[in-house]
Amino acid sequence: MATVERAKKRVSHWIVIAIILVLTIVYLIPTYWVISSSFKPFKAVTAIPPRVLFKPEITSYIKLFTKRSIVRSDAEREERSAQANWYEKKVLKLGQTIMGISPFPNRLFNSIFVAVLSTVAAVSLGTLTAYGFSRFKFKGENDWLFFILSTRMLPPVVVTIPLFLMYRFLGLNDTRFGLILLYTCFNLSFATWVMKGFIDEIPREYEEAALVDGYTRFEAFRKIVLPQAATGIAATAVFCFIFAWNEYVFALIMTTRNAQTAPPFIPSQLGVGLVDWGVMAAGASIFLIPVVVFTFLLRKHLLRGVTFGAIRK
Amino acid sequence: MNQQKPGEMLVTRRGLSDTAIKRLFVLPTIILLICINIFPLIWSLVLSFADYSAVRPHVEGVNPNWIGGGNYKDVLMDLHIWEYFTITAKYAMMAVAGEFLVGFGIALILNRDFKAKGVITTLILIPMMMSMAIVGLFWKLLYNPGWGIINYMLGLKEFQWLANPRVALIAVAITDIWMWAPFTMLLALAGLSAIPQYLYEAAEIDRASWWFKFRRITLPLVTPLILIALIFRTMEAFKMFDIAFVMTGGGPGTSTELIAINLYRLAFAQWNTGRASAFAYIILIMIIAISNIYIKYLNKAKEM
Repeated sequence: MATVERAKKRVSHWIVIAIILVLTIVYLIPTYWVISSSFKPFKAVTAIPPRVLFKPEITSYIKLFTKRSIVRSDAEREERSAQANWYEKKVLKLGQTIMGISPFPNRLFNSIFVAVLSTVAAVSLGTLTAYGFSRFKFKGENDWLFFILSTRMLPPVVVTIPLFLMYRFLGLNDTRFGLILLYTCFNLSFATWVMKGFIDEIPREYEEAALVDGYTRFEAFRKIVLPQAATGIAATAVFCFIFAWNEYVFALIMTTRNAQTAPPFIPSQLGVGLVDWGVMAAGASIFLIPVVVFTFLLRKHLLRGVTFGAIRK
Repeated sequence: MNQQKPGEMLVTRRGLSDTAIKRLFVLPTIILLICINIFPLIWSLVLSFADYSAVRPHVEGVNPNWIGGGNYKDVLMDLHIWEYFTITAKYAMMAVAGEFLVGFGIALILNRDFKAKGVITTLILIPMMMSMAIVGLFWKLLYNPGWGIINYMLGLKEFQWLANPRVALIAVAITDIWMWAPFTMLLALAGLSAIPQYLYEAAEIDRASWWFKFRRITLPLVTPLILIALIFRTMEAFKMFDIAFVMTGGGPGTSTELIAINLYRLAFAQWNTGRASAFAYIILIMIIAISNIYIKYLNKAKEM
């Protein structure tokens, strides 16, 4: 009897595993499809039935980074192909020649620049604030914490109406600094809440011992608390980076050219000339790289992150 | 400041006093948030009582023209705006219900020990970490009526998803569900894995049915966490802009005109700044009401 029961359990276990695998694959199809589209030849992207097997090429990526024009005659093509290097040859095959660099690298740079600096600012300020709230008593402490969190809950479109006027008045529209300031505030409430969770977990006894030993409060914070909060700080920073990296509404409204980041730029290319889905997919794929890497790095802290530090497990 | 936390009892002689440190650490954040979040909101509260356009020249009495509560009256009397509220409510219901079913379903299946559990869970969680604008963009590619993979896999020939007023909202909601069901799953998994195993063992001894165990043990114990996920998602669904804006821009017609999209149009396409501010305040009050409930539950979960 026992063996039958065991065999039954094993079979049902394997059935469940099979279901899990199928589910995971179904869940990954959209992402896989976009990434694979970015490596498809131009015609294969829109081929029917969809092409699963194809020879991967990086032409879409070359197109993403360049401005091109059409080569008019065969003679011109011959002439250009004689002195072309490998990536120029790839677009020449499509009858195009490279004229210069597209705005994409600049938008990507803006994304990285704004996300990194706003993350550094938000996490530094947030850690200090979290320490303050964690270790000292405040009048109406919970009200202040609620106030800090509530700024994060505001719908971006609602906030941008007055912000747009304020930024126009201050000359901060379409500047990287303006966007950094905005993202710092956007992430500050998050950083404060999550860091408070991490700092609450560090026993006070260490600091108290240090204070008895003659450390000042600031030294105790710097030498005792910060090193112990390092993991928490890193996790919070990665979250803030991703939020800033992904942000769309503020960037859409507050930037047009100089400071525009990738999220509003990539979809805006839909309206420009012939839709080249391969290029769009290439842009989206590049944009996803840090997201995928960081999701894996963060996997132990995801729960804490999405609940603003309330649930730790 | 009469009650002190234990750490504060020590009086340090060197360096800054604890009170100074406390202020130094907390004030910058508060000041920054007041300048960038609260001050503009007060500004727009003032503007919501005026007929004002941000792109027309400033002439006191004409632009802005102070009209009292006229904007609020206009917004609340506007039947279109009620239509957009209805669309948004429909959207929120579809998206949140879908996220609950899919997320909780996957969590129930994943809640067991198997090899590569960590990797698979993380893979499913990736969509949640993506940019909503980019997700909207690539679902547009998947929904393409001519060569999209969705029509191909479902065997629908040239079926219009985003250009069809009847299904466009559902199509956007499906994208939202794909992206955010992992969020519900993550919280549900946390709840499920915290259920003590002995409860199930005890039920096993009593030969309880699968359904009985699910209803009497699993459900009550994961409800608090799932509730947090659902309230949060409801709030986010009411604020939804990115996915819908990239996928449909509110169309076709007004079939996906969510309140956030309409507000954007009113404020940054028609430049009806005064009226948009009034509309924004109405939305704001709604969101604050929902977020109050949310934070209350979050604090409860903290105490668990």
